[in-house]
Amino acid sequence: MGHFSLDRHSRLDSPVHRVGAEAKLAMALAIVLLTVMLPFTEPIFFTTVGVVLVAVAVISRIPPSFLIKRLLLLETLVLGVAALAWLQPNGGLVFAAIMVKSTICLLTMILLSNTTPFSELLGVLRWARFPALIITTLALMYRYLSVLLDETDRMSRARASRTFTTRRVHVWTTLGTVIGQLFIRSTERAERIYAAMCARGWK
Amino acid sequence: MHIPDGFLDAKTAVATVGLSVIGVGVALRNVRHQLPRRKVPLLGLGAAFVFAAQMLNFPVAGGTSGHLVGGVLTAVLLGPGAALIVLTTVLMVQCFMFADGGVTALGANIFNMGMIGGVGGYAVYRCVSGIFPGMRGRIMAAAFAAWCSTVAAAIVCAGELAASGTVAWSVAFPAMTNVHMLIGIGEALITSVVLVAIARANASLLEPHISQPEKPGYVHAVIFGLLVSCGLALFVAPFACRWPDGLEEVARTLGFEHHMATQPLVHSPLSNYQLPGISSATVATSLAGVIGTAIAFVLAFLLARALIPGTNSERT
Repeated sequence: MGHFSLDRHSRLDSPVHRVGAEAKLAMALAIVLLTVMLPFTEPIFFTTVGVVLVAVAVISRIPPSFLIKRLLLLETLVLGVAALAWLQPNGGLVFAAIMVKSTICLLTMILLSNTTPFSELLGVLRWARFPALIITTLALMYRYLSVLLDETDRMSRARASRTFTTRRVHVWTTLGTVIGQLFIRSTERAERIYAAMCARGWK
Repeated sequence: MHIPDGFLDAKTAVATVGLSVIGVGVALRNVRHQLPRRKVPLLGLGAAFVFAAQMLNFPVAGGTSGHLVGGVLTAVLLGPGAALIVLTTVLMVQCFMFADGGVTALGANIFNMGMIGGVGGYAVYRCVSGIFPGMRGRIMAAAFAAWCSTVAAAIVCAGELAASGTVAWSVAFPAMTNVHMLIGIGEALITSVVLVAIARANASLLEPHISQPEKPGYVHAVIFGLLVSCGLALFVAPFACRWPDGLEEVARTLGFEHHMATQPLVHSPLSNYQLPGISSATVATSLAGVIGTAIAFVLAFLLARALIPGTNSERT
């Protein structure tokens, strides 16, 4: 099966994983909103949230190396934009505020997605009366993402075993063909999925 | 270009969420009217496709690599309304499952990449491909639209950051625009290469087969146009026409000012400082943008000629 998963550690067993998805989603949204809204002049809040998040991370038994790697990866993207903030008068303070706030938010969302299975999050969305079309799209996307990624892998392997040139132009055109082929296969798969859905009484 | 949490203030977040909720609502109505039931799974597969395509890295000079963003590609392949839904779900998953793009910035990201990048890019595509017929014209239109949408999304993104007081316009605008004029070239190249590959394999797939172009939703098109111009008026116009407190004025009339009061931290008054040479940088960037657009148009034309050989453009 897939080498790639959206919610890799979400099916571990820990006290955090056992909390209901609604509660976790609500908590995460509350933390993010408060973090973004509160002025940076209240260090007590930010330290408390930081300590709580680290505690949750430890209890959840998610491998710390995974968390740190993911955090650092996303932090580089944040740094890119935050560096611009440094270039303005008293940018240092704005920069520090942005970094602290976005780190807290990133950690919150990483913990949420790795302690809650995607299907349970979808259940919350359904309960919150999200448009059905979006929920169907999300569910199908979640189901078939790993399938498409595997297919991409197979096509890339097939290409690598057949093409010997490494000229950049060729790499671009072959990669373009791989993506184009991926789209064609997606449309064909969608037709088959529709037939399968109808066969199972989808309305 | 995914804006993380903590970069937007309350008034910008609320305004962008409003714009994108209306936009996605219109797209849902549009798709519900025009989407045959057997195409519903294609939305999910399309979203998975965009996600998977974004993970393929293209080598760029100097060991760096870039990847597709796919706004215009999706809009050309699926139609604008379906593309907005697909891009929205992709951004939602990236936000909630990968923490790529903030929760409070989700509205802004949907507006920038889905509505400006996808639907706005599609508008450019339709205009240009109307002037230049045939497959070659379409490839050229898609390449040009991909470039335009990347740059336009970056400019609106800079406007949102500046409106939030996070990054001054005089810094954000040149930085974002110049970088994305280069990134846009990559996006245009990938988009056109992928479209040519699809056209070679199955040309009928290039007809946007979800939102039928034969019966365009004029009302929906007008609403989308209004939403995009609202966004431009809110986030770009106040800075572009040197009207420093324009956004505060708009915020006051729309009743957001109490949100601003709760935001003492990231509030650097935009009008109070002017770094030397910065205003000329803004002007220079605007000029470069105009010239760049002209060059991109010519390059798109040449690219389409190179990719679709032969004098008869209806060959494929």
